[in-house]
Amino acid sequence: MSLLELKNVTLRFGGLVAVNDVSFSVEEGEVFALVGPNGAGKSTILNMISRLYTPAEGDILFEGKSILGAEPHDVPVLGIARTFQNIELFEQASVLQNLLVGRHTHCCSNFLTDMLFTPFVRAQERVHREAVEHVIDFLDLQPYRQKLIAGLPYGVRKVVEMGRALAVKPKLLLLDEPASGLSVEETQDVAFWIEDIKKVMGVTVLMVEHDMHLVSSVSDRVMALADGSMLSIGTPQEVQTDPAVIEAYLGSDDGTESGEAA
Amino acid sequence: MDILQLIVSGLANGCVYGLIALGFVLIYKATEAVNFAQGDFMMLGAFITLGFTNADHMGLPFWLSVILAIGIMGILGYLLDMIVLRRMFGQSQVAVVILTIALGFVIRFIAGLIWGHEPQSLESPLSGLELRFGGLVLGMDEVWVIIVTVALTALLYVFFARTKLGIGMQASSQNQLAAYYMGIPVKRIHSMIWALSGVVAAIAGILFASKGSIDPTAGLLGIKAFAAAVIGGFGSLPGALLGGIIVGLVEPFAARYMPAGYSQIFPYLILVVMLVVRPHGILSQIQTKKV
Amino acid sequence: MRIVFKTSYDADIRLFKHKAQAFWYLLLFALAILLPFLISDFLIGEATLVLIWAICGMGLMVLVGQTGQASLGHAAFMAVGAYSNVLYQEHFSMPFLLSFPLAGLTAGVAGALIAMPITKLHGIYLAIATLAISVLAEDLIVIMEPLTGGVSGLFAPDIEIFGFVFNRYGNPVELYWLVLFITFLIVYLYRNMLRSPIGRSFAAVRDSEVSAKAMGINVARTKMVAFAISCFITGLGGALMGHFATIFTNETFNLIMSITLLLIIVVGGLGTIHGAFFGAIVFVMLPLVISLTRDALTVFADSGSVTIPGLESGLFGIILIGFILFEPMGIYGRWLKIRTYFELFPFYRKDMFRRQKSYLKTERTR
Repeated sequence: MSLLELKNVTLRFGGLVAVNDVSFSVEEGEVFALVGPNGAGKSTILNMISRLYTPAEGDILFEGKSILGAEPHDVPVLGIARTFQNIELFEQASVLQNLLVGRHTHCCSNFLTDMLFTPFVRAQERVHREAVEHVIDFLDLQPYRQKLIAGLPYGVRKVVEMGRALAVKPKLLLLDEPASGLSVEETQDVAFWIEDIKKVMGVTVLMVEHDMHLVSSVSDRVMALADGSMLSIGTPQEVQTDPAVIEAYLGSDDGTESGEAA
Repeated sequence: MDILQLIVSGLANGCVYGLIALGFVLIYKATEAVNFAQGDFMMLGAFITLGFTNADHMGLPFWLSVILAIGIMGILGYLLDMIVLRRMFGQSQVAVVILTIALGFVIRFIAGLIWGHEPQSLESPLSGLELRFGGLVLGMDEVWVIIVTVALTALLYVFFARTKLGIGMQASSQNQLAAYYMGIPVKRIHSMIWALSGVVAAIAGILFASKGSIDPTAGLLGIKAFAAAVIGGFGSLPGALLGGIIVGLVEPFAARYMPAGYSQIFPYLILVVMLVVRPHGILSQIQTKKV
Repeated sequence: MRIVFKTSYDADIRLFKHKAQAFWYLLLFALAILLPFLISDFLIGEATLVLIWAICGMGLMVLVGQTGQASLGHAAFMAVGAYSNVLYQEHFSMPFLLSFPLAGLTAGVAGALIAMPITKLHGIYLAIATLAISVLAEDLIVIMEPLTGGVSGLFAPDIEIFGFVFNRYGNPVELYWLVLFITFLIVYLYRNMLRSPIGRSFAAVRDSEVSAKAMGINVARTKMVAFAISCFITGLGGALMGHFATIFTNETFNLIMSITLLLIIVVGGLGTIHGAFFGAIVFVMLPLVISLTRDALTVFADSGSVTIPGLESGLFGIILIGFILFEPMGIYGRWLKIRTYFELFPFYRKDMFRRQKSYLKTERTR
């Protein structure tokens, strides 16, 4: 059984078909990448999985069960965490608080016990903090713990957002353009982290990314989309050499070596 | 005949609400700020006219005072945006809401300081005149309110649809950044919008004061205009007017057919129901955010 | 500059960051307790009023500062607290110790019920809806005359706890201590809220609803809880206000009061407990300062007393405009800057607190 499975999913915005009859499955323990030109429907697919959009047709299965009945806030409870294309952090809170919000699905207290700060809540806070410290160590965020997000540089915010998703302790991690806007070195870090997320943490990754270099270095399988439809699926090598893909967005001339393909 | 009279006076009231609502909507459409002091603007416009024309103040001719008041309110609106609101560029809507509320406090205070807290009425050439159709007696002032409102709305419509400035204002309301890139002076356009809404407020104030009395707390009428704007959807000029007329019409009928005490809550009841059922009014502008 | 070496996770969980901080707050609290021995009974009355406003302000702060939901209608919940408190005492002959928390609870439940339909709204729509609620509440009090006494109002009996009577005029000092104790409890609850999961989920809803959802926060429910907690605290403040005013009518809790409450927390500084107190102090002290200056002026001018109606609200408006333009973080924000200046002396830079300039974030998309 695949971890995540999309079956003939179609989504329309008014007359526009954003995603057209797309099917694929993500196996446990792999890094799966969605590539394609802007407007191909990659982010839309992530948004459907995190239930911000509801497909008009088709079904989305997670661990064999349909998640179309779930609300957006139920999705992380199932074990799916995500990041956003244009960073959606809690601006007026510290890095630590942002990461702790990621632990929300693991909180068992309610607002009454919280306001009385019962010993149980205190113990729970310690456990959350320890879990978050692991993420901080993993992503080298130690210098930023108490800093407000509003004052952090772009690159660090991207990492914090990834950390927040990891704090959820998901089975499936959705990354929406994890390397966009990052420098070459930062992108390299992201590549190492994604490797480690897969190997060390055992988390399956589904990512949307434009940087073909990053995609081909970390992903096990790639799916290329154009105009909401599937073009090609397979190993990075297979997809990059698929004539349909080259035709669609690398241009008709030989562009296999282009790093930025958007 | 009775009902017809209720309708006319309701329409006249509704037009004033509609004009205040028009002021909200003008500013909201262009800058996404909500001017909670719009009602106080109206009050100020009325008092300026009153101060110029009433015999016990300056005793200037009525029409001259009207032109002066409209001009002053326009300039005031422009300056207000230039000096105060431009600093709020990029801050949250709620901060602007609080700022304009505070502004309302200050305007009310200044008006009370200059013109006192006693209700006064505007001495206009229209007051006291009556229009008779058979058994129907209509106050000339009420008829005038309706005529002026319709004319003003038509004028604004032509302004936004036909003139270059109007189209520029529309563009900057759709997408500030893009308008900026296209060479539209977004900041100046915002100030112009504030000037325009000052002018509309002055007209509303003059109409309001000529058919009744006015005192510094009259600005609280703005809350009813909110109901009007929300019913209209906060994004449409005709919607604002329509909303104003609905609120204006509901009031006299509720006062007539409902037990005392219940009638004044009607506009707010409509407002709350409207917000719950159709949160963004008849003509919605809100879309879900893209992530 | 102080550097705190943290050796356990509890260092970030504790109420105070370090011993010195705890010391200063304890000193402040001791000073508050000893205040009646330092100032006159009249000023103690004013201090009680400051505390009551601060309680109401903290209530609104939960909603506006912590959860980012504007409310222009919190006087309605003060009214619920004040009326239900007195009605429980009169009709069910409950003691204050029971009627007071119940009044808060009633306001909290009312808040949660009202929140259900209106928390779908954002920004100005929410502000307008709550504004309408404030106006409606005022009219409802008149309509429900048999219960509320309508325009003639309700008379709040003296607070009585185990036979001991608290009265604003009879024993202002004891009333002050009682209100101080209640304030202390609420501050404690508020601090707990801030350091626990519920406080973080409030902040998450405030800063980004979409990622709050993606982190598993039920946004609608969180807003409802915020409304409930906020209205609970404001209701308690309202109940105290009722006792303090001794007689209250529909006019006592009008729209202007709702707006004033919002203005208080903005002047004080949004998002902090300190802000509620600073704002309340400014608001209560303003009329005092005005009347003192007036007295001083009459001595000089010798022309009888000059009274300018509406001067307080006008001045308050001007102060507020000044703060929003020049110090959007309120008095507390200014205080932080001054403190940082001295802590880092001479390394303070002018742009340390500068916020990013941004183009208007449209609220037409959510």
